[in-house]
Amino acid sequence: MTLTHLQRLEAESIHILREVVAEAENPVMLYSIGKDSAVMLHLAMKAFHPAVPPFPLLHVDTRWKFRDMYAFRDRMARETGMELLVHVNPEGVEKDINPFTHGSAIHTDIMKTEGLKQALDRYGFDAAFGGARRDEEKSRAKERIFSFRSAQHRWDPKNQRPELWKLYNARKHKGESMRVFPLSNWTELDIWQYIHLENIPIVPLYYAAERPVVERDGMLIMVDDERMPLRPGERPMMKKVRFRTLGCYPLTGAIESEADTLPAIIQEMLLTRTSERQGRIIDHDSAGSMEKKKQEGYF
Amino acid sequence: MAHVSGLIATDIGRYLETHQRKSLLRFITCGSVDDGKSTLIGRLLYESKMLFDDQLAAVEADSRKWGTQGDAIDFALLVDGLAAEREQGITIDVAYRFFSTDRRKYIVADTPGHEQYTRNMVTGASTADAAVLMVDARKGVLTQTRRHSYLVNLLGIRHIVVAINKMDLVGYAEEVFRAIVEDYSDFAARLGLADVTFIPMSALRGDNITEPSATMPWYRGTTLMGYLETVEVDEARAQRGPFRMPVQWVNRPNLDFRGFAGTIAGGVVRPGDRVRVQPSGRESTVARIVTRDGDLPLAVAGQSVTLTLADEIDISRGDMLSGADAPAEVADQFACTLVWMADEPMLPGRPYLMKIGARTVTATVTSIKHQINVNTLEHVAARKLDLNGIAECNLGLDRAIAFDPYAENRDTGGFILIDRLSHATVGAGMLHFALRRAHNIHPQHVDVDKAARAAMKGQKPCVLWFTGLSGAGKSTIANLVEKQLHAQGYHTYLLDGDNVRHGLNKDLGFTDADRVENIRRVAEVARLMAEAGLIVLTAFISPFRSERRMARGLMAEGEFLEVFVDTPLEVAEARDPKGLYRKARRGELKNFTGIDSPYEAPEAAEIRLDTAALTAEQAAGRVIEVMRERGLLRA
Repeated sequence: MTLTHLQRLEAESIHILREVVAEAENPVMLYSIGKDSAVMLHLAMKAFHPAVPPFPLLHVDTRWKFRDMYAFRDRMARETGMELLVHVNPEGVEKDINPFTHGSAIHTDIMKTEGLKQALDRYGFDAAFGGARRDEEKSRAKERIFSFRSAQHRWDPKNQRPELWKLYNARKHKGESMRVFPLSNWTELDIWQYIHLENIPIVPLYYAAERPVVERDGMLIMVDDERMPLRPGERPMMKKVRFRTLGCYPLTGAIESEADTLPAIIQEMLLTRTSERQGRIIDHDSAGSMEKKKQEGYF
Repeated sequence: MAHVSGLIATDIGRYLETHQRKSLLRFITCGSVDDGKSTLIGRLLYESKMLFDDQLAAVEADSRKWGTQGDAIDFALLVDGLAAEREQGITIDVAYRFFSTDRRKYIVADTPGHEQYTRNMVTGASTADAAVLMVDARKGVLTQTRRHSYLVNLLGIRHIVVAINKMDLVGYAEEVFRAIVEDYSDFAARLGLADVTFIPMSALRGDNITEPSATMPWYRGTTLMGYLETVEVDEARAQRGPFRMPVQWVNRPNLDFRGFAGTIAGGVVRPGDRVRVQPSGRESTVARIVTRDGDLPLAVAGQSVTLTLADEIDISRGDMLSGADAPAEVADQFACTLVWMADEPMLPGRPYLMKIGARTVTATVTSIKHQINVNTLEHVAARKLDLNGIAECNLGLDRAIAFDPYAENRDTGGFILIDRLSHATVGAGMLHFALRRAHNIHPQHVDVDKAARAAMKGQKPCVLWFTGLSGAGKSTIANLVEKQLHAQGYHTYLLDGDNVRHGLNKDLGFTDADRVENIRRVAEVARLMAEAGLIVLTAFISPFRSERRMARGLMAEGEFLEVFVDTPLEVAEARDPKGLYRKARRGELKNFTGIDSPYEAPEAAEIRLDTAALTAEQAAGRVIEVMRERGLLRA
């Protein structure tokens, strides 16, 4: 019986999830509400069935996610029976950090990178599952599945542990932690195919629908709530759009699309000529920008 | 990411159905900086239409900035990831790439070919089903080609493609190809490589990558892509073997359910199958294969499952479930091949953590049979193993484990070694067979045991382990302690350099490797003497924490007292009772502790003696006092 590539990817991810639970003292799953998180959560439900996954979900919130994402997040926590922890960087709230006044770099750094470190320290998590994939970005291609962070949450790309066979060395010193990426070997297409095959629920924003958007800096930005300041001449217009990737709504570009079913989404993705991260403002800085962010502690 | 499939636009439903049935092949590419390996991978991604416009635009921009191909796209830049190495123009680590065709999904482990990176290649090869060895047609089979072949074979990769690249630079000449094939075939036969395929190609121009080359009509064999689409996946072989599943996690959500979760490492399992729990040897029957989507009638190697058994037997993480009709072997002494991956060398006798399957045990290399020169395949004698060194070794564990020879099962025969202090992964190895003495030496049950021997002497056996710099006063204090104990009627024995170095250990010198072995033997002798019911005192510098920890591990809880004779280096050097410090300072004595060899002070010794504040008599009195407090002496 030849296993399909999706069966093998599934088995590998489940193996990784179980290994961390067996070896770590206090693991957590970072839940970002997107499609990769949806797949990771689904795999966790499979890995520990009939038990509920023995760790909580952690959402590091920026307060600028789409409203649909918050509703979906709360629904998933309810349906899985897992504990949901939400952390917002209190300094960011105090200084009212937002993507409009402070720009994407500062907003991401304070609300996501700093917020994540705070949350991990606050709860004393020694292992955090993340949904990152190696095909997303070049520096990720060389990151290990078990990726160690110093007590200051720094990643040292020159000092990674070799990973052989299915053997993961999860030993660490006090204060050190690990980020673990069970989806390392999945591609964007694998994720979509698996969602289709397994009927995994995802945020409705991935499906095309009429939504209010403005065109700004060459991207279609959805006016998701009244906090979005409109520039002179900008008038929200209704367009049939969807999102290939989800983040903070002011930083996430929509694409015009008719794809309102999963096969249509996959079809569109296969025929399209741009990669998914293109819609994210954060990657556009400079070559190696993601690598720098990772060394500083960005997931 | 348009696949070359018309179905996408016309019938997405049918396209999805076919693509959900694709298999997965993992392969590794090996070659040096200039063989065009990155170019080949970039070409494979490009040809399978795995590149997006924005990625192409980025690589075109990068090509102008860093490229080596003039105005043309430098495919190599697609795959060179980290900023540091991009500037150096080389890849420095293992990177994983993905692409797919209509038949398969591929995971490529891209590893560099430099000598110092054996470690990375071994890592990438450990999970690969096939290997693509790059040979520059202009240069032919090089030393590094042989090295890569050896490593690929060592890691159990059965299918090898020799990609003879840059044929465009030798005028697509058949003679060049033939000569390289002949040269390599000789070598392959010596190594025992079974399945080798040779393909002439130009990664740069795209010859014989996905389409047969028009410029090499003399070659009628497969293209590289044609080969990769049909070569056997290793997992198919694993499924034909006997059933194996290391238990990774015991699932107990409530009192009514007890499942054993793991990834099947070999064979097939069905409800009703008889299984043996190893190493304990108890047997039971598989009741259910539980998944979230309902119970399965059968599961195969490669799947992660949860099994329940018909009987309630004690099973924990690290145990192996095996087919009762063909169980794994159980042993604690092995012949293995070890690859060293750390800057700090491997020393025989030093304990490391060993992870195999889901089990972690303590392992020591008991001897290095020989090191292998990966360039010449010659066997050379070695007393330690440095970074990237490979050796045939004997390995001893602190307890028995279930295993299969690596050649039969990579997941139940492959292991890693972990440093106990730094927690780094320092080595990887392959078990070959259990040593006969492990088969034959079963702990002999004796009627007169340690407790009986100690009772006859009316004392509690223990080991007082004195450690400290040369000249600290270890022997002096230990001698005083022994005299007092003897006077009180205790049976004792003092092991020190004089009575050990001249006899038992006279074959050992003062290198790090020999110091480790010296202490290992002393610790074993001390243990035997404690077994005999004696109070044992040892007085050795014993400079390394890991060896002292090893000695401690040999004794029962509470029977090992580390006595740190704490004397500052200046004081010990000023005393210099044997004139050794002066010799060492003059360079006449190498590897002298405190001068050119480190002393790792104990972190949690049971007794610390500050010799600046205490006389030798007071120090001895303090040791007796602590022994009494701990109930080791008669009241």
